[in-house]
Amino acid sequence: MNGKILEIENLTVSFDGFKAINNLNFSMDKGELRVVIGPNGAGKTTFMDVITGKTKPTTGKVSFKGRNLLPYSEHQIACMGIGRKFQTPRVYLKLTPRENLELSCAQHKNVFASLVGRASPGEHRTIAGLLETIGLISKADIPAELLSHGEKQRLEIGMLVAQSPDLLLVDEPVAGLTDEETANVGNLLLALAENHSIMVIEHDMEFVRQIARQVTVLHQGSVLCEGSMDEVQNDPRVIEVYLGTPQDEHPAIA
Amino acid sequence: MYLQLQLPEGQIPEFFSLYGVEKLPLFWQPFYSFPFTIFAVFAIPTLVAAILGYLVFRNRIRGVYFSILTQAALIVFFNFFNGQQKLINGTNGLKTDTSLLFGVQVSDIKVQTTFYICTILLLLGGYALCRWLTSGRLGRLLVAIRDDEPRLRFSGYDPTGYKVFVFAISAGLAGIAGALYTVQSGIITPKSMDVAFSIEMVIWVAVGGRATLVGAIAGALIVNFAKTFLSEQFPAFWLFFQGALFLLVVTVLPSGLLGLLSSDTVLWLRSRLGFPPKVSTYPSLEEDLEVQYERQNLRD
Repeated sequence: MNGKILEIENLTVSFDGFKAINNLNFSMDKGELRVVIGPNGAGKTTFMDVITGKTKPTTGKVSFKGRNLLPYSEHQIACMGIGRKFQTPRVYLKLTPRENLELSCAQHKNVFASLVGRASPGEHRTIAGLLETIGLISKADIPAELLSHGEKQRLEIGMLVAQSPDLLLVDEPVAGLTDEETANVGNLLLALAENHSIMVIEHDMEFVRQIARQVTVLHQGSVLCEGSMDEVQNDPRVIEVYLGTPQDEHPAIA
Repeated sequence: MYLQLQLPEGQIPEFFSLYGVEKLPLFWQPFYSFPFTIFAVFAIPTLVAAILGYLVFRNRIRGVYFSILTQAALIVFFNFFNGQQKLINGTNGLKTDTSLLFGVQVSDIKVQTTFYICTILLLLGGYALCRWLTSGRLGRLLVAIRDDEPRLRFSGYDPTGYKVFVFAISAGLAGIAGALYTVQSGIITPKSMDVAFSIEMVIWVAVGGRATLVGAIAGALIVNFAKTFLSEQFPAFWLFFQGALFLLVVTVLPSGLLGLLSSDTVLWLRSRLGFPPKVSTYPSLEEDLEVQYERQNLRD
């Protein structure tokens, strides 16, 4: 099946009259790796908030695998198969990486399953494999608060994968990482892209160039243009948005 | 109430006649049964807490607002119980020490000893229950809820159910504790439903050590022992001691008395006693081949 995994029509989100997202149309194919870029305040994170149910749109339609997402709350959307990584790494600090992964990996997420449930052998294998992939085997059993920033970023991506979602939303996965770590995360995402649909929000243009096939540029809450990295970079409107207007603080295009 | 109903056939507890109530109110009828009373001791608080908790947690009320809400609910219940003379003797409360239990007066030393032993056994049982609840995956989920509840929603969990569950369990335990308190103190009145008293219990936990089960038990024992001792020695100043104790714990011992036993203190003692300091390293260091190699070569 090669239909659309995510379709968004005429989406508008307004906070007290300020339109963070303005009449946005967007769609993603199954199995696609899409990078979303845009200057600060373009509405990138709000866009993810809407998809994951954190923010309810003012008008518009969001559908995932053909199902309308709007009536569902965050955890229901997560169970349908949308996983999300946050801008700053948010892992459970008092738990160890292994426990963090176990929580995300568990099949049954209601109270009584958690009360009596133990991780199945299959889950143990998945977790061990994931720990190896994200390179945290030697630190699997120390509290996550002792991990470095880069390790937390990797752990959170691991938690995302442990949920085995169909669509991964990844918000700035390489913020604050060294070049080497950035390349590692890039390879990790490319490996994941082989059997997941992934949407990445990023500022780091080197990184975008490394992983991007299709790029969407957001500006003032709407899609400015879409295309391959080269097309987007040479689009005069994109250059204007990033470099031409004086109020932009981060002219991040390389 | 079961105790109040240990009367000859056809009579109702004395206080009812004061307010012109001739017949036992309907909702007291089941309390003629001893097993039902025991069941109700934990089932009713559990149920009430589950309903309240569901309404509160579903609306994502958390933290300080939740604390304020529970205290407000306390005052609401206080006013309700205080005003219900015809149902529960209102502000005068219910006396238990002159009632009969299985034909023996409750204030009898033997009965009291039995209650005391029951209390200890139930404390151990309660501790075991909580230990079991917090040890498995549920325990880790509760830690996760404490640290980052919104994040948990995106991992596919609904925190509401978990919070209602633990809130209801704690209410059930409190119900058992309240029943034991009533039979051992001899009287229960709505005055026990006091904001200051409920905050005092928080002090017990803070003194013992937050986020631990043993700490709560130790804190309750220590503070109440000190209360008995100091209020006998210095009746006028007990409350100052309690205030000072709380200030001391908050400023000097944020993790309570149990925090004193933590690894930091052990390390401090070791260095005081002249042992070489034990340095804990990052796990990757221990496994680093280069480090292992150098260590071996340095020893040789």
